[in-house]
Amino acid sequence: MTNTGKWRDLDKLLSRPGNLVNPGFEPSPELKDDLGEYTKVLVVGAGGLGCELLKDLALSGFTNLHVIDMDTIEVTNLNRQFLFRLQDVGKPKAEVAAKRVMERVSGVNIVPHFCRIEDKDLDFYREFNIIALGLDSIEARSYINSVACSFLEYDSDDKPSEETIKPMVDGGTEGFKGHARVILPGVTPCFECTIWLFPPQVKFPLCTLAETPRTAAHCIEYAHLIKWDEVHSGKAFDADDPEHMQWIYSEVRNWHSSVNMILIVLLFILLTLAILSQALKRAELFGIPGVTYSLTQGVVKNIIPAIASTNAIISAACALEALKIVTACSRIMSNYLTYNGLEGLHTKMTEFVRDKDCLVCGPGILLELETSITLQKFMELVGEHPKLLLSKPSVTYQGKTLYMQAPPVLEEMTRSNLKLPLFDLMDKMSKDVIHVTGMTNKDDKKTSCLRKLRIVFKGVDGITDVDMASGA
Amino acid sequence: MTESKTKYDRQLRIWGEQGQAALEKASICLLNCGPTGSEALKNLVLGGVGSITVIDGSKVEEGDLGNNFMVDDSSVGQSKAKSVCAFLQELNDAVKAKFVEESPEALIETNPSFFSQFTLVIATQLVEASVLKLDRICRQTNVMLICARSYGLTGMVRISVKEHTVIESKPDHFLDDLRLNNPWPELKRFAESIDLNSTDPVVHKHTPYVVILVKMAEEWANSHGGRLPSTREEKREFKDLLKGKMIGLDEDNYKEAIEASFKVSASRGISSGLCQILNDSSAEVDSVSSDFWVMVAALKEFIANEGGGEAPLEGSIPDMTSLTEYYINLQKIYQAKAEADFLAVEQRVRNILKRIGREPYSIPKTTIKSFCRNARKLTVCRYRPIEEELNSPVLSELQKYLTDEDYSAAVGFYILLRAVDRFAANYNRFPGLHVGEMDEDISRLKTIAVGLLGDLGCNGSALTEDLINEMCRFGVAELHAVAAFIGGVASQEVIKLITKQFVPMSGTFIFNGIDHKSQLLAL
Ligand SMILES: [Zn+2]
Repeated sequence: MTNTGKWRDLDKLLSRPGNLVNPGFEPSPELKDDLGEYTKVLVVGAGGLGCELLKDLALSGFTNLHVIDMDTIEVTNLNRQFLFRLQDVGKPKAEVAAKRVMERVSGVNIVPHFCRIEDKDLDFYREFNIIALGLDSIEARSYINSVACSFLEYDSDDKPSEETIKPMVDGGTEGFKGHARVILPGVTPCFECTIWLFPPQVKFPLCTLAETPRTAAHCIEYAHLIKWDEVHSGKAFDADDPEHMQWIYSEVRNWHSSVNMILIVLLFILLTLAILSQALKRAELFGIPGVTYSLTQGVVKNIIPAIASTNAIISAACALEALKIVTACSRIMSNYLTYNGLEGLHTKMTEFVRDKDCLVCGPGILLELETSITLQKFMELVGEHPKLLLSKPSVTYQGKTLYMQAPPVLEEMTRSNLKLPLFDLMDKMSKDVIHVTGMTNKDDKKTSCLRKLRIVFKGVDGITDVDMASGA
Repeated sequence: MTESKTKYDRQLRIWGEQGQAALEKASICLLNCGPTGSEALKNLVLGGVGSITVIDGSKVEEGDLGNNFMVDDSSVGQSKAKSVCAFLQELNDAVKAKFVEESPEALIETNPSFFSQFTLVIATQLVEASVLKLDRICRQTNVMLICARSYGLTGMVRISVKEHTVIESKPDHFLDDLRLNNPWPELKRFAESIDLNSTDPVVHKHTPYVVILVKMAEEWANSHGGRLPSTREEKREFKDLLKGKMIGLDEDNYKEAIEASFKVSASRGISSGLCQILNDSSAEVDSVSSDFWVMVAALKEFIANEGGGEAPLEGSIPDMTSLTEYYINLQKIYQAKAEADFLAVEQRVRNILKRIGREPYSIPKTTIKSFCRNARKLTVCRYRPIEEELNSPVLSELQKYLTDEDYSAAVGFYILLRAVDRFAANYNRFPGLHVGEMDEDISRLKTIAVGLLGDLGCNGSALTEDLINEMCRFGVAELHAVAAFIGGVASQEVIKLITKQFVPMSGTFIFNGIDHKSQLLAL
């Protein structure tokens, strides 16, 4: 009997036994239905990788998908983000991408979220069985990684407990190169364990820019700094910096929302032109060739070259691994695939190892506290702790918000908790895990991060009592 | 015009306007528009290829909806080529999209001249017999061919082109062309004009490392009988010498000099790779030689004469700590030398063209200039006819990977992908199509695979039962994720072939979707 239905091809893989599969593979014709019914996948990013991921996952049998992206569609997306058309420019990526895939693949439901990843609370992320990352920024990857790892719990033998592992597949591309990886928090290295794979961009020394510029990029970077300084005293404008983007938005806040997007685009062009003009003057002054609009744009927007084929390859590898993680129908990659199509074709699988002292996927930093310590005091502690240095912290315990910095309504609602003892807020548990989100300084850049802390209260546990008594 | 420039901005930053123009001129033919072919073409349509022609004789079935994004519920029962073509057209209206509702096998059989109109043919999901015929047709008419196939969790991609020459190979890491140990008079004179012992601290810490190394290399050579540091000990000594010249710990230019000191010891003259190209029989040119080989012939003459054993200077220098004035001057000196070298090569190109009876100005200046700038990075790719590979693959390559713990599965899949075609030729269907015949199919496929290995002169024991089982389990399924990967790889190779930039893959790529230990086999 031959299956001629819609899942003719996928069913073969899912319903037939094999020997080169992951432990726990239970082939059956129902596996495909389970995949749809019980598996909820979050795709983070609806750009070059995200569009491909949504399509690949929908055609790999997943029917319950969510996608989150804060961006709107631009003309420069159209050479690879195949779910978007010229008439979609200006619309939210997540919404258009979800709609297009649902139109073409019947039976798939995709819920779009047009917002920043930081806008969603832990409970939102908790619901997903697997998270697929299609991002182009280290900060965003790092954030989602910390969220996924925050659900991880360790048993008394310091082994990660299986049901708390939130698997991730992560892809990244640049031109003809890319990587695809599988992160099983607690089992394989998390993003932070191997953060050295993503070294921060080398910045030009200020004295070079000011005194001895030599290249077109130096002139542009200088103009960039000066121009931004004129309108907004501080550092160079950075489109990835939420504070800077906030300024752009605030500039156009009073305008009608439908012209906002156009204005933002225009403002970018004006800013770029203003920088270009200054850079050209400077280049002329020093006799430096090569300052162009395109190069200026590259500096201002930190453009990473991107093409359709690499995104397709990397996303496909990620989607395939997602299918394996959920169904065990084949061996899961272990654990980092690099692809380079620049000179010939090179693929390489590297098995990275966990950093045993990782703050993110480890059991969490242990803090021993007095039962009398207030939430306010605890937050100060978190700001001073050398391994944390979290400013503007928000605190949640077991999904319950103890204190929230923003929005103002929530801040007001939770403010009264500040003077209460943390011990009481944690239901007088002698020890438990608590989650703190806040800002931290990384490579001179403020980034959101989430940390899991293991709190132990002194004098509550029987054994500690004895110790205290004998010490006293 | 500006809109398309904006639309293609992210790729123009990779292959430039010339690369884009080549894409927009290309006409691509796709054989079979299942997910593998459709995905390959999708990536090319987005990038803006000139025209596409989709060839497929089948109608859309229910089962196509589960693996092909280019068809939807409303296309069931209709021509697959037509449905796929319509969706692709939606992606980019600048592309001319056509379809032919005919089976590729029949077209290859009955109308071989049909293919000569295309720049490149992407043949997907074709069995061995058809591939062989198509390869012969394409080679006769100089049409580039890429074969791609997805099969369960495995698949393959192979290029078949007689010869592909690349000027702009754009390698990621390539030693810059500074001639520190072999400076020409102008560079030498400039270096001499700067005093390394300057007492002005600003000048001292802003003397470019190129100048430091040129001068120090000369100093070293003078005290070592004209030799440069070559042993490990000498290289260390040379670095110490540089360190000794520092007057402050913050002198980045000296740090750069120490880091770049190995460039002083780099061997003079051309690389073995370039030497091979110069000595290629194609470098003996006649009236039918391509522009590339005419320029190689000129390059060969240049190196033997004006070049003094060196290729034309590239002419660009990396950024380095320096006073603006020094840097700009240095830049000009390198550019001037590169320009002079280019003029000499150009003269030789013109003379050669005249000699072989071609119009002396038939190769544009810009092409010769780019050729000179990239002379050290020239790449020539040649692919054996597929028939040759199938009949006599490079045995040592197969043996090497068959016994390799990580990559034996990739070679195993190579053998099995060929074995399933033999299976299909014998039994008129692929193995594992029906669950009821699974056990029988496994033993039949094993017999065929072992026989195939024997024919090739390999030891059959290296092929595991597990892998043969797996191949039957796949039952010729075309999984979307695998198809998107294989199609993606195929489209990326197409881009490299058409833009004539970067280096296309050199052998047969075997995808291993089980643990992603894929391998490029040089067969
Ligand atoms: Zn970690």
